[in-house]
Amino acid sequence: MFEAVLLKNIDLPDGHLLATYEAGGGYQALAKVLREHTPDEVVELVKQSNLRGRGGAGFPTGMKWGFVPKHADKPKYLCCNADEGEPGTFKDRIIMERDPHQLVEGLAVSAYAIGAETAYVYVRGEYVKAIRRLERAIAEARGKGYLGAGVLGSDFNFTIHIHCGAGAYICGEETAMLESLEGRRAQPRLKPPFPAVAGLYASPTVINNVETLACVPHIVMRGPHWFRSIGPDKSPGPKLYCISGQVKKPGLYELPMGIPLRELVEDHAGGPLPGRRIKAVIPGGVSAPVIPRDGLDVGMDFDSLAAAGSMLGSAGVIVLDDSTCMVKVATRIIEFFHHESCGKCTPCREGLNWVVKVLRRIEAGEGAPGDLEQLDKLCKGIFGNTFCALGDGAAMGLRAALAHFRDEFVAHVEERRCPFH
Amino acid sequence: MSMREKIRQAAARYPDQRSAIMPALLIAQQEHGHLPGPILEEVADILGVERIWVYELATFYTLFHTEPIGRFHLQLCDNVSCMLCGSEALLKHLERALAIKTGETTPDLLFTLSTVECLGACEMAPVMQVADDYHGNLDIARIDALLARLRAEGAQAMSADVAAAAPPGE
Repeated sequence: MFEAVLLKNIDLPDGHLLATYEAGGGYQALAKVLREHTPDEVVELVKQSNLRGRGGAGFPTGMKWGFVPKHADKPKYLCCNADEGEPGTFKDRIIMERDPHQLVEGLAVSAYAIGAETAYVYVRGEYVKAIRRLERAIAEARGKGYLGAGVLGSDFNFTIHIHCGAGAYICGEETAMLESLEGRRAQPRLKPPFPAVAGLYASPTVINNVETLACVPHIVMRGPHWFRSIGPDKSPGPKLYCISGQVKKPGLYELPMGIPLRELVEDHAGGPLPGRRIKAVIPGGVSAPVIPRDGLDVGMDFDSLAAAGSMLGSAGVIVLDDSTCMVKVATRIIEFFHHESCGKCTPCREGLNWVVKVLRRIEAGEGAPGDLEQLDKLCKGIFGNTFCALGDGAAMGLRAALAHFRDEFVAHVEERRCPFH
Repeated sequence: MSMREKIRQAAARYPDQRSAIMPALLIAQQEHGHLPGPILEEVADILGVERIWVYELATFYTLFHTEPIGRFHLQLCDNVSCMLCGSEALLKHLERALAIKTGETTPDLLFTLSTVECLGACEMAPVMQVADDYHGNLDIARIDALLARLRAEGAQAMSADVAAAAPPGE
């Protein structure tokens, strides 16, 4: 039986309180690094663990930390990306609502490692309960000397501020988030310079996801080898999977990285609803290309899913059954990306507008011959031609739907109606 | 604490006042319900920043409302997970029950109905946010119960407003 680490306090009624967190060994990792490790040693521990970012891109966390210049004449910042907006994803919300101290300790240890004295947690504005719980956790931690001037009697000073988002998916893109933190419209920046060199207020900045930061204290306490012993060596660790859609037991599951998608959906989440069959699964939020039923044996880790033409992304696993029209799902996904396009790049802003129009008419039974070829062409015009990954995600998702379920698109056009209605 | 004091307090968290525009707009919206032009200008003046910087944020981010909205803003998620779990039928039901279309406000200014992108609570799809609260695992019966409760709350609040506005002794 796999031992839950990240979710161990999640079902406790007082899991969000400091006393509960301390009773389970909380803040010992912070005390340990301050007592026993230099910042560089903490970076090294995280490098050795092979921890990869849980926000979606899967970039090695220790390597990201290592890019921060050792000697900078500007203050360094740690930013936590808690703007969880990828449809199908709710893991960070649950951590912040039910075990916020895990994030607070992760922030403190990580800030010590990179030499930051200030952290901003960018939480999406809709997450009111999470924001209140996190505010309370920060106040409690400050009261016990885990935050503030001279943390636990050391010379490490550390302050955490919460910054509320106001409804913009694009803030999940790290440079757009920095723009938003600086009080501008959230539009991605051209890289380089990368945030590690010139990020928030042009200072060295590390941006990590909530779940990524929550892993850090466990790596400190149990060691990098423990972390690497779970799942594939190059993509290891305990992982949170968000399961939703047409499935018996939707919910948040903590299981090893690399678990087969089929086992996750059929065993842990109880499989399809009565009388239905699984048609396809979106494995990592709507940016991740859909995987048809016969591909479900793929492992849920960054490399296996990439090799299978999809991605782990945010591990927002959306289950679709055989009653669902793929054209309708694809239309809804592209409507989302079109709505959330920040408007900076023409291929994304105009291309997605065009794609939505074509998809809507196909779904309405008004598709014209040549529409599918037009969609192929539009995907090509968007993919790789934008500043950030929003347009790429939209194009990749649509390409996969068109590739795996082309017959369904063709049937809509030829029959001049949606076969599912 | 006055709006000005709250905004000044929030602004102290940042080395640059421009960063405080978003938190200031959230505070102002909480006080006034929405963000009309004069309030945007007041925010700019409190922070000592360009007015255009405030306008551009108020019109970019979807949680800011430059037009008045109803006392209860019903925000039904209709993204993929909620759609797969029946949000479309719930939206139709809400439109019928409130006799308005999505995006509109009831004439008594009690309800505004919107669809929103993923609320990050797909484990309880279909889900709707009203003020600070998430309502999950919704079906028509739960929606009806929620609307009845909100109507009662709204009626109580409105009679309290009327009482407060009435001159003493009447």
